[in-house]
Amino acid sequence: MTSLRIGNGCGFWGDNIDAPILLMRHGNLRYLTLEYLAELTMSILALQKQKDPQAGFAGDFLDVLERLGPELKRQPQLKIITNAGGMNPQACARRAQEILQKSDLKRTIAVVEGDDLLPRLDELLAGGELFTNMDTGEALTSVRSRVVSANAYLGSQPIVEALKKGADIVITGRVADACLTVAPAVHEFGWDWHDWDRLASATVAGHLIECGAQATGGLWCNWQQAANLGDVGYPFVDIQPDGSFVISKPDGSGGAVNLETVSEQLLYEVADPAAYFTPDVVADFTSMKLTQQGKDRVHVAPARGRPATDSYKVSIAYRNGFTASGTLVILGPDAPAKAQACGQMVLQRLERAGFRYDRSNVEALGTGACVPGVLPSQADPPEVVLRVSVHDARRPAVERFTKEFAPLVTSGTPGVTGYTTGRPAVREVFAYWPALVKKNLITPRVSLLS
Amino acid sequence: MISTLPVRLSDIAHGRSGDKGNHANVAVIAYTADGFAWLREHLTAEFVQRYFAALKPSRVERFEAANVLGLNFMLYDVLAGGASQSLRIDTQGKTLALALLQCSPHAPREERAQPSIVAKSR
Repeated sequence: MTSLRIGNGCGFWGDNIDAPILLMRHGNLRYLTLEYLAELTMSILALQKQKDPQAGFAGDFLDVLERLGPELKRQPQLKIITNAGGMNPQACARRAQEILQKSDLKRTIAVVEGDDLLPRLDELLAGGELFTNMDTGEALTSVRSRVVSANAYLGSQPIVEALKKGADIVITGRVADACLTVAPAVHEFGWDWHDWDRLASATVAGHLIECGAQATGGLWCNWQQAANLGDVGYPFVDIQPDGSFVISKPDGSGGAVNLETVSEQLLYEVADPAAYFTPDVVADFTSMKLTQQGKDRVHVAPARGRPATDSYKVSIAYRNGFTASGTLVILGPDAPAKAQACGQMVLQRLERAGFRYDRSNVEALGTGACVPGVLPSQADPPEVVLRVSVHDARRPAVERFTKEFAPLVTSGTPGVTGYTTGRPAVREVFAYWPALVKKNLITPRVSLLS
Repeated sequence: MISTLPVRLSDIAHGRSGDKGNHANVAVIAYTADGFAWLREHLTAEFVQRYFAALKPSRVERFEAANVLGLNFMLYDVLAGGASQSLRIDTQGKTLALALLQCSPHAPREERAQPSIVAKSR
């Protein structure tokens, strides 16, 4: 068979909601993937589901699906694979089906589950799984009572099973992002699950497109050379049966696909590029040659892969107090010094009121605060943004902090302005706990919506 | 003895950075093969750890991706708690690559003069 075109129209929950529609309209895709789940998204969705058993998925997907209606009518062969199901793929699928029925579209929807380990966490702990924190080496028991979500990153196999069952739309919970792309390649080409090189090649493709426009000119260091980033095209890959592929974007769209944009994205959020772990394979991102093949087309040669490990990665989130940040603008002269003084005033007044915080931070944005202490200090900036943040186990303490910003407007240094957004909001903190679990303890489930 | 002149890293390389929990990765990618050879020689893990010392990385590890003329640095425990817990404005280390590209590691004058390691030919 000829090449297989897979495009990704969403890189995170909050991404441009027109991108999937434009990509589908102009991309001539066989598969559209939509990626919604960042590391901590699941904890937020878990709490939503606790409050409402019908909630807990990426609602943006439903809006996108509704707006895709006319395109889906025009392109009956196109299939969609998305992790929008979050903590509640079944509820997401039911709502998706309602939307399709309203648009008079007949599509088979499949649900992939089994990633949610929270209901089984104590059983797994009792069975000897430690869920040791991969970063700190601590055992999970120290925070067990505060855990709100625990999800294994499933692989491509259950998605392929769903496609084999005839699914047009596959809605998953937590799966490794690249699998949204690997699965359709395995399904269409009939690759073997031990064909490590091809699995690695498709993993490279999935990794490159999973963040959407980051492969097509977004964040590119030489962004001035990109054509019309305002109309940036989202990426697709044309995968060959041997695993090699071309990454590109719709003709006439903005942005750029070249060796620089693709290389930057290849190494994005990667540790050892020679060993990129997914549930399917250990992919060697250093093994393949990249070649510019005409304007906005980069060819990626087949990659090498090694056997997958016997574990799934697990992303656990636990409650860890509360936080809030407030900002005000401060005009110079001496804006950085005034910002520091105002920040200290806030903390001093809170201390007078009996509140000391587990952690606090005063920043003067405009002085290199993104990397505090790294960049050499520049000439006195005309203005800075004062940002004060606190973190504490006690919600009332953080609430009290949010009331201490407005007073700076009359009792701070001269040059204070920009108090237009009202009191800062208190946000609950969910800390991240990466761990592993043995694959043989986890059973992915695939079901078709009747 | 070779006298030295500062080179801005961004003259010879581009890059991107992101988070992995409380760790960050910083990719630095040369524009040319000569530039990559220069990076391999001069842009050591020790240099990067010193450069970002104010952010207190517990250690820095360097990997190579010669196929894209890239070095990839893992900066461990550098994000003050990471996306969920950091009180810094850049909770995810998105800006670390641009900060590193602004550095001026001292380079031998003769290498500074070599146009072949500087960009813009691709």
